[in-house]
Amino acid sequence: MQQSQTAHLPATAVDTNVIAQAVLAMALGLFIVGVVGFSHISAVHNAAHDVRHANAFPCH
Amino acid sequence: MPVFRSIVFSAALAGLIVGVVISIAQFFGTVPLIQQSEVYERKAAGTPPAGHDHGAAASDQTKAHSHESEWEPEEGLRRNAFTVAANILTAIGFALLLSGIYAIRGRQVAWREGLLWGLAGFVVFTAAPGLGLPPELPGMPVAELTARQTWWIATAAATAGGLCLLAFRPAAWAAVVGLGLIALPHLIGAPLAPESHSEVPAALSHRFIVVVTLTSLLFWALLGVSTSVAFGRISRP
Repeated sequence: MQQSQTAHLPATAVDTNVIAQAVLAMALGLFIVGVVGFSHISAVHNAAHDVRHANAFPCH
Repeated sequence: MPVFRSIVFSAALAGLIVGVVISIAQFFGTVPLIQQSEVYERKAAGTPPAGHDHGAAASDQTKAHSHESEWEPEEGLRRNAFTVAANILTAIGFALLLSGIYAIRGRQVAWREGLLWGLAGFVVFTAAPGLGLPPELPGMPVAELTARQTWWIATAAATAGGLCLLAFRPAAWAAVVGLGLIALPHLIGAPLAPESHSEVPAALSHRFIVVVTLTSLLFWALLGVSTSVAFGRISRP
C-alpha cells in the first residue's frame, strides 16, 4: 500500500519538478543574454559592443 | 537538482565551443566591417552636427559621444578578448534556453531535432527582429535605444509564441492566432530612425546585414546541434 503510494506520488512530483528546474535554467539564460545584449551600463555596453552589433541587438 | 545541473553543464559546454567558433567567424566577417564603419562614425563625430537634425538624432549622438569618456576595452587584443567572452556568455545564455526546452520535452532529442530547434532560435532572435530592425553598423542613424530594445524583445516573444502555437497546437484557431502573432509586431512597425544623412556607405551596411545574418545562421545551427548532443550525453542516467 505504502509502496504503491511512493511509486505514484513522485512520478507526478518529478514532472513538475523537472519543469521548474528547466524554467529556472531558461530564466538564467535569458538573464545572461539580457545583461550581455541589453544592459544600459556603459562599461557592459563597451565590452560587448562588437558582439551586440554582430548579433543585431539594438545598440547606440 | 539533477536536471538543472545537466542543463547548466551541457549549456556551458555547448556555449563555450559555439562561442569560440562564432568569434573566429566574426573576426573574419563582422568585425572588419564594424571597424571600417567606425572610421566613418569618428569622421561624422568630428564634424559639427547639421542644423536640421531632429532632437532624437542629436540626443543619440551626444550619447555616442559620452561613451568616449567612459571605460572601454583597449583596441586590439583586449577588445577582441572581450568579444570572445561576450560571445561565449551569449551562447551559454541561449544554450540554457535550448537545453531547458529539451528537458521539458522529456525524451531524447536527436541532433537533427536539435538543429531544428536551433533554426527556430534563428527565426525568433535574428530573422524576425531583423526584419524591422536590420543589423546596424556603428554610425548609422537609429531611433531611441529603449524603444528599439522594447520592440526587439516584444517581436522575439511574439514570434516564439506564434511558432509554438503553430508547432504544438493542431487546431485551426492556433494556426490563425500563431500566424497573427508572428505578423503583429511588423504590422505595428519597428521604431523608425530619424531622417538624417549617414557617412556609412550603403554597400557597407548592406554587406553587414548579409554577413550578420549568415553568421547568426551558423551560430544557431551549431548551438542547436551541440546543445542537443551535450544534453543527450550529460542527462543520460
